[in-house]
Amino acid sequence: MFWALVRRDLKLATRIGGGGAMGLVFFLSLVTVMPFAVGPDLNLLSRIGAAILWVAAMLATLLGLDRIFQAEEEDGSLDLLLMSPLPLPLIVLAKGLAHWLATGLPLVLAAPLLGLLLALQPVVLGAVTLTLLVGTPALTFLGVVGAALTAGLRRGGLILPILVMPLMVPVLIFGVAASNAVLEATTPFAPPLMLLIAASLFAVVAGVIAGAASLRHAGG
Amino acid sequence: MRLFADSLACRRSSRVVFDSLTFEAGAGEALAIVGPNGAGKSTLLRVIAGLLPILSGRIGLEPMPDDTPLAELCHYVGHRDALKPVLTPREQLAFWQTMLGNAALPPDEALAIVGLTHAAGLPSGYLSAGQRRRLAFARLLVARRPVWLLDEPQSALDAASRDRLAGLMARHLAEGGIILAATHDPLGVSARTLDLGGRG
Repeated sequence: MFWALVRRDLKLATRIGGGGAMGLVFFLSLVTVMPFAVGPDLNLLSRIGAAILWVAAMLATLLGLDRIFQAEEEDGSLDLLLMSPLPLPLIVLAKGLAHWLATGLPLVLAAPLLGLLLALQPVVLGAVTLTLLVGTPALTFLGVVGAALTAGLRRGGLILPILVMPLMVPVLIFGVAASNAVLEATTPFAPPLMLLIAASLFAVVAGVIAGAASLRHAGG
Repeated sequence: MRLFADSLACRRSSRVVFDSLTFEAGAGEALAIVGPNGAGKSTLLRVIAGLLPILSGRIGLEPMPDDTPLAELCHYVGHRDALKPVLTPREQLAFWQTMLGNAALPPDEALAIVGLTHAAGLPSGYLSAGQRRRLAFARLLVARRPVWLLDEPQSALDAASRDRLAGLMARHLAEGGIILAATHDPLGVSARTLDLGGRG
C-alpha cells in the first residue's frame, strides 16, 4: 500500500502536466542567471557558489510543496486516503518520499553539473552534492508540515513559504557551512554535516507526525 | 450486520447541523437521506465516513468485524470524484484497489460493468462528467466494503447510467451490504427514507 502510493505519486509527477520538472527548471534557471548577475569575477563566484546552489535548492523545493496535499484535497482523493487502512503518518511519509524523489533528488543530481557554471572546485562540488543529498530531505519534510497545515486553504501556497522558511534556515546554514568548510579548511567539515543529517532525520520523523496530525483536523 | 447511529450530534463552525439523530440500517437495506439543501445530508455521510468529528452520540457497525474502524468498512463517493486527470481509469482503479484493501473485482471487470471499457487506457482528463462519475462508481466494485455512502449519486448521470447504478446498488444489497445515499431523486432501489428536515 505504501509503495503503491509512492509509485502513483511519482507517476503523477512525471506525466505531462504533473509539474514534477518545475522545481528542477527553476533551479537550473536560478543558478544559470546568477553568474550573469554577479559578473565575471571567478573567485567571488567560486566563493559564493555553494551558497547559491543551496539557496536555489531551497527555493526550488518550496515551489511545488503546496500541491502535495492541496491537490488531493481539491479533488476529494484525500477523503479516500483518510479512509484507507494505511495509517495516516505512513501516507504522509509516502507522499513526502515521492515528492523528494520527484523534486529533491533531481536537484541533487543536477548540482554537480551546475556547480561547474559557478566555477566550483571539484572537492567543493562533491561537498555541495553530498550536503544537498543529506539536507534536501529535511527541506522536503519541513515543507510537508506546512503543506499539510495549508491543505484546506484556497490560497495556501501564499502562506506556506512564510510558515516553513524560518524552519529551513538552520538547514541552509549547516549545508553551506559544511560545503564551505571544504574550501577554507579553517573549520571542520564533519560537525555541520552530522548536524545536517540529524536535521534530516528529525524532520522526517517530526514532519510525518505533525503532518498527520494537521491533516486529521483539516477535514471539513 | 447492522449500522446504527445513537443520538448523534454534529456541529460545524458553531452551527449545530443535527443533534439527537438516531437511526439504523440492517444488512441488505438502503437508506435514502432526504432533506432540503443545507439540512446536513452530506455532513451526515462525512461523519459516518470518519471525515468529520462527532460532537456527541455513537455510531457503529454491529457486529463489529474485529476492531476495524468504521471508516475502513465504508466506501464514500462524494461530490468530488477523486480522479487524477493524468492517470488512466485502469491505473486509478488499480491504485485504489491496493489503497483501500480487500480487493474484489479486477479493474478491467469493474470498468466493463460501468461501461467504460473503451476508455480504460485514456487519461481520465478526457472523460465527460458522467463518465467520471461512472468511474467513481467502478471504485466501489474493486474493493469490498460493506457500507456504501453515496452523496447525490445520480448527479450528471443519464437515464441509462442511472439504471446501471440502480443495478449496482441492488446487487450490493442482495449481497447483504448497506447503502446510505443522500439524494433528491428516487434511488431506483427500494429504500427507507431518513428525513433530516430543514432545521438548518
